[in-house]
This record gives sequence, C-alpha cells and structure tokens, in this order.
Amino acid sequence: MKTTDHPREFLLGLYHQLVLIREFEERVKFLFLEGTMPGTIHQCQGQEATAVGVCAALRSDDWITSTFRGHGHALAKGLGVQEMLDELFGATTGCCKGKGGSMHMGNMDKGMLPGIAIVAGGIPLAAGMALAFKMQKKPQVVACFFGDGAVAEGAFHEGVNMAAIWKLPVIFVCENNQYGASTRIDKVMNNTCVSDRAASYVFRGETVDGNDVLAVLDAAQRAAEECRAGTGPVLLELLTYRRTGHSRRDACHYQPKTEKEQWFARDPITRFAEKLLARGDVTEADLAAIKARIDQEITDGVERAKVAPQPTLADLTTDVLA
Amino acid sequence: MKRQGIAEALREGIAEEMTRDERVFCIGEDIGVPGGWGGAFTVTLGLSEKFPGRIIDTPIAELGFTGMAVGAAMMGMRPIADMQYGDFLFLASDQLINNAAKMRYMSGGTVKVPMVMRAPIGATGRGSQHAQSMERYFIGVPGLKVVAVSTAYDAKGMLKAAVRDDNPVMIFEHKLLYGSKGARAEPGAVDATSDIPEEDYVVPLDKAAVRREGTHVTILGWLLMAHFAAAAAEQLAKEGIEAEVIDVRSLSPIDYETIGASIRKTGRVIIVEEGPKTGGVAGEIAAGIMEHCGDALMASVVRVASADVPVPFTPILENAYRPDAVRIAEAARRLVQS
Ligand SMILES: Cc1ncc(C[n+]2csc(CCOP(=O)(O)OP(=O)(O)O)c2C)c(N)n1
Ligand SMILES: [Mg+2]
Repeated sequence: MKTTDHPREFLLGLYHQLVLIREFEERVKFLFLEGTMPGTIHQCQGQEATAVGVCAALRSDDWITSTFRGHGHALAKGLGVQEMLDELFGATTGCCKGKGGSMHMGNMDKGMLPGIAIVAGGIPLAAGMALAFKMQKKPQVVACFFGDGAVAEGAFHEGVNMAAIWKLPVIFVCENNQYGASTRIDKVMNNTCVSDRAASYVFRGETVDGNDVLAVLDAAQRAAEECRAGTGPVLLELLTYRRTGHSRRDACHYQPKTEKEQWFARDPITRFAEKLLARGDVTEADLAAIKARIDQEITDGVERAKVAPQPTLADLTTDVLA
Repeated sequence: MKRQGIAEALREGIAEEMTRDERVFCIGEDIGVPGGWGGAFTVTLGLSEKFPGRIIDTPIAELGFTGMAVGAAMMGMRPIADMQYGDFLFLASDQLINNAAKMRYMSGGTVKVPMVMRAPIGATGRGSQHAQSMERYFIGVPGLKVVAVSTAYDAKGMLKAAVRDDNPVMIFEHKLLYGSKGARAEPGAVDATSDIPEEDYVVPLDKAAVRREGTHVTILGWLLMAHFAAAAAEQLAKEGIEAEVIDVRSLSPIDYETIGASIRKTGRVIIVEEGPKTGGVAGEIAAGIMEHCGDALMASVVRVASADVPVPFTPILENAYRPDAVRIAEAARRLVQS
C-alpha cells in the first residue's frame, strides 16, 4: 500500500496516533520509574502500528478487546489521554474510576472492553460479543487483540473454533512480538507462523508486517469487510517487536542484541515518517508540530492526573453488582 | 546458619531436593529462560544451569502443564509446578481438582500423585486479576493438602516436606514476602527473612506455629496477615493487651490442636484473612473452632477480612481492602473489652 492511496490529513492522523501512543508510553514509563505512578506496567513501544492500523479500519461503534498490554489499543480506539492517565493514577475520573488500572484499561462508551489480563482470556469473550452481534443482526465487528503467547492456551483454540464454525464477525489480531514474557516463540511452538492456525479451523489467516501501519490498515479493512459480509472470522498475525521490557523494570537480557537492533531499525514510527516525507507535501516541521502538540497534551494531562480526585472509602464497595 | 528471604530459601530448598532425588523437576512459565527472571519472583533463578533439562519452561498453558505434572507424578516423577500468579490457578483447577485430588480415591487407593503446586498470591497494585487470595478455593477439596508459608524457614521446610509427600500439595506464597531483589523487588515488601540452618530439615504440613505467646486474645493469620497480626500484637502489648499470635500455616488440614490449646487459654479469637470475608478460610476455621473448643469461648469469634469485592487497583482502595495491623488491633481491643 502506498501513502498516495490516502489523503494527507488522514495519514497525518495516523501519524498523530502512532506518536501519541509512543509518547504516552514513554511518559508513563518515566512516571513509573520515578515512583510517582502506582501499580505495574506492560507497555507497547515499538508495537504502535498494530493498534493504530487495526483501529483505523474499525468504525467508532465497532469493538475491541485487549490485554494487560492495552494502552496503545485504548488510545487507538479513541480513549482520551486524560481518562487513561487518571486511571493510572488511581483517580475516580479514570476510565474505570481507578478500580481497573493499567492492565484493565477500557471504556464501554468507546467500544473497548476493559483489558483482560489473563492471557487468551479475551478470545472467547470476543467470540461471544460477536455472537451477540450476529443474533442481534447488528453490523458491528470485534477486533480481538492478543499476543503470540495466547496461542498456546486452550481458550484460544476454543474461542477461535467456535467463531469459525458459526462464522462470527471477529478479527483475531495476534500481535506476534516474538516473545511471551521472557520466552521466545520458537521454544513454545513448532510452527511459529501463527496465521497458519486459521487453516486448521477452516477460515482465513494472514501474516502482515505489523510495523507497517498502512499494511496493517489494509489487512484490517479487508478483514472487517469480510466479517461484516458474514464470511468471518479472520486471523491477522501482525509481526512486531517490543522496544521495552515485558513489564516494570525488565531489562530484556533474554533478547539477543542483534535481534533487537534489527527490529529497532524497523521502527514503525520512523518508517512511516520516512514514507510521509517522501510524499512531498509533508515536512519535518509538520511532524515536529504534531509531536510538540502531543507532548504538551501529555504534560498537561499528567499535571491534572496528579491532582485528580482520589476515591473515598465508600467507593470500595460500589460497582460490585449491577 | 544464614539469613535468607523466602525466594532464596525456596530456591535452595528446590535445589537440595533436586540434588537429593533425581525424580524431582520444576515445570512452569518463564522459570528457566537464560537471561530471564527465574519465574516471576526469582525463585528458580539460576537453577536451569545447575539442573539441565529439569527446569522445564512451558508455553503459556496452565491447564496443560498442570495436567502434565499430574501425569508425570503418577508415573513416578516428583514435579514442582510453578504458577506464575495464583490467579491463573483457575485455568489449571480442572486438573488439580478433578484429577490430582481425586485420583487416589477414584482408584481405590492405587494411584499416587506426589506433586507440588506453588503459587504466589496477594494484592500488590496489579489490579483485580493478579491479586486474589486463592487458598480459599482449594481448602475444601478432599485429596489436596494446602499450606501457606510466611517465613523463609517455613518456606524451605514445607517445600521439602511437600516434595517428599506422596500427595498433591499446594504451597501458597505471598508476593510481598518473597524478598525478591533487583528488578523483581516488590514495593511495599515485608521482611520475612529467617535464619536458615545448614543442615537438612523439614517443617510438617499439618502444624500451626505459635509466633507469640499471650493470654488475652488469640489472633490467627497466615501469609502477610501473620506478619500484620504480629505487628498488631506489638502495639497491643504496649497497651497491656497480650495477644497470642498463631500462624495457621497449614490450611488443609487445619491444626485445631494448637489453635484449640490457645483458645482454651485466651477464650477469645480473631481470624485475619486477606481475601473477601464471605466464603473464605476464616469462616471454615471459625466453624472448626466452634466444634473443637467452642465451649472455651468467652466471646463470639471475630473475623477481620477483606471486603466482599474484587481487589481494586487504586492504592487507596487496595489498602482499605486488605486488613492491616491497625484494623487487627482495633478488633482485638474491642474483643478484649467485650
Ligand atoms: C493465563 C495467564 N498466564 C500467564 C500470565 C502471565 N503473563 C502475563 S503476560 C505474559 C506473556 C504474554 O505473552 P504474549 O501473549 O505474547 O503477549 P505480549 O506480552 O508479548 O504482549 C504472561 C506469561 C497471564 N497474565 N495469564
Ligand atoms: Mg508476545
């Protein structure tokens, strides 16, 4: 896919999303290491194009499910920087009133279920959401994000099989970042091509360069169309790599240096920026202005989040039952 | 004698058992990856180099590797399974409850399942799905032994006893008590180090431990709550209230002999539990106390437990959720005056 297939403003919008996720994650990492932000973190630096490409192919009333590594998915699905920072700081103004935290980011008004932190736990949920849409004769699709690690769980196989036999509108989005926690995929699967799994359940699977936002967008658009036409599900395997630790202060000593370097050289943001500049109608200054705007938004957001209202003890026992 | 934390003591205990008995092996996620962490809390760090082929890193497949541990145990091995976070025991529970626990009985006493399942629990700023106190779900399963270790001495000794036991044993550990170091250190950790003897020892799987003697009230706890109960007792002592603190430690079976002897002395008992009050271990212990020594009670049994809610993320609510020394001491004051 070429950048000339899309209008300039649309592409700059994608760029904005990519940089927003990167800068958000970098700031969160700083705040966490600094000790001002509570909890634990699982971040997605280096994987921004998967979230942005997939969500750009969805309509605002489509749904996504996510994981413990959900900040990027949330921003791409339209959650606001403020509601997310507030959540991370445990404030009542957070998207889950501070009760969810980093691993359970979500907003039902924006089509994002709170993240499921149990590996593969979101896969049957996504199939069930799609079953509801089918029974309700609604046109929505669900994009279900999960990692390569999830493919070994029973929940993956059970959920995917049922979605396949009932042709449910789910895009199974496997962000294959080569590792599940510290474990490299080739140690835990004989066939490391995750999209091959679709064939055994007789539906379409596809492996895509997950660090190319336009390639992801294109694949996700086709997948969404198929889902809406009743010929889903689709399994998209997006090849990518995390530029940061699995969680917290992980130093990633299990990742070979050369592997890291090779992947860092294929950074999704740098690559997309190069493509944009090559169009001729986008300048370095345009891109710098986008980043500056984002930096300011995040800085303001952090200041507000630090003083956002914290829950009172009465909040402990609310929200348990509907 | 040397001073060790729980993670270190477990690591040494596992290594000693693996050296002593070649049937012993470890199985779980991210437990032996070169350059990795040695499990989420460093318990198996360095063991894969020491014991090639016997620290088995699995795919993320809890039902699968738990079932494999059961299968290998039945065929004469002595697996130590590592659940990265206790919360994932829900995925593995079919193999534990339907197979491991019942195999002996269903086979008319002909099958043995000598396996260990280790699992960390506790609310630690990670939100609702990496925080639950899981022991409550297993104490009522006949065929399983369940213990909870709150000191390094017990951790090593009970691990060894569990490995040598011919039954499935679940060992619950607390994230704030491991004493994990470096990048895996836990904010808010509580010191659970002990003096560890050089020589081999085991700690029985069915005995509670009296941590502090007292005459006015008995406080029962385990894991983090045993530490908080001890802290509450220190405060109470300054006020003239002598609390006897018992680390219940063995959750199935429960040592009513030790607990009963204490209650016969004090006549009053508080059971402290991290985890929702309803359906917890404390309720079971309370009923057991009524049966074993209810006649000795001078006041109703008191439970200090978490609210009946999932574990909240936000620190303010998480702290309110988990019982602490202040709440335990308050309950003790009220009980002693009643
Ligand atoms: C059922 C379950 N098992 C184990 C874990 C612990 N854990 C959290 S993330 C993770 C690795 C997941 O790898 P992958 O699915 O590839 O996602 P990634 O972290 O690479 O985004 C593990 C083992 C968990 N959260 N849930
Ligand atoms: Mg992965």
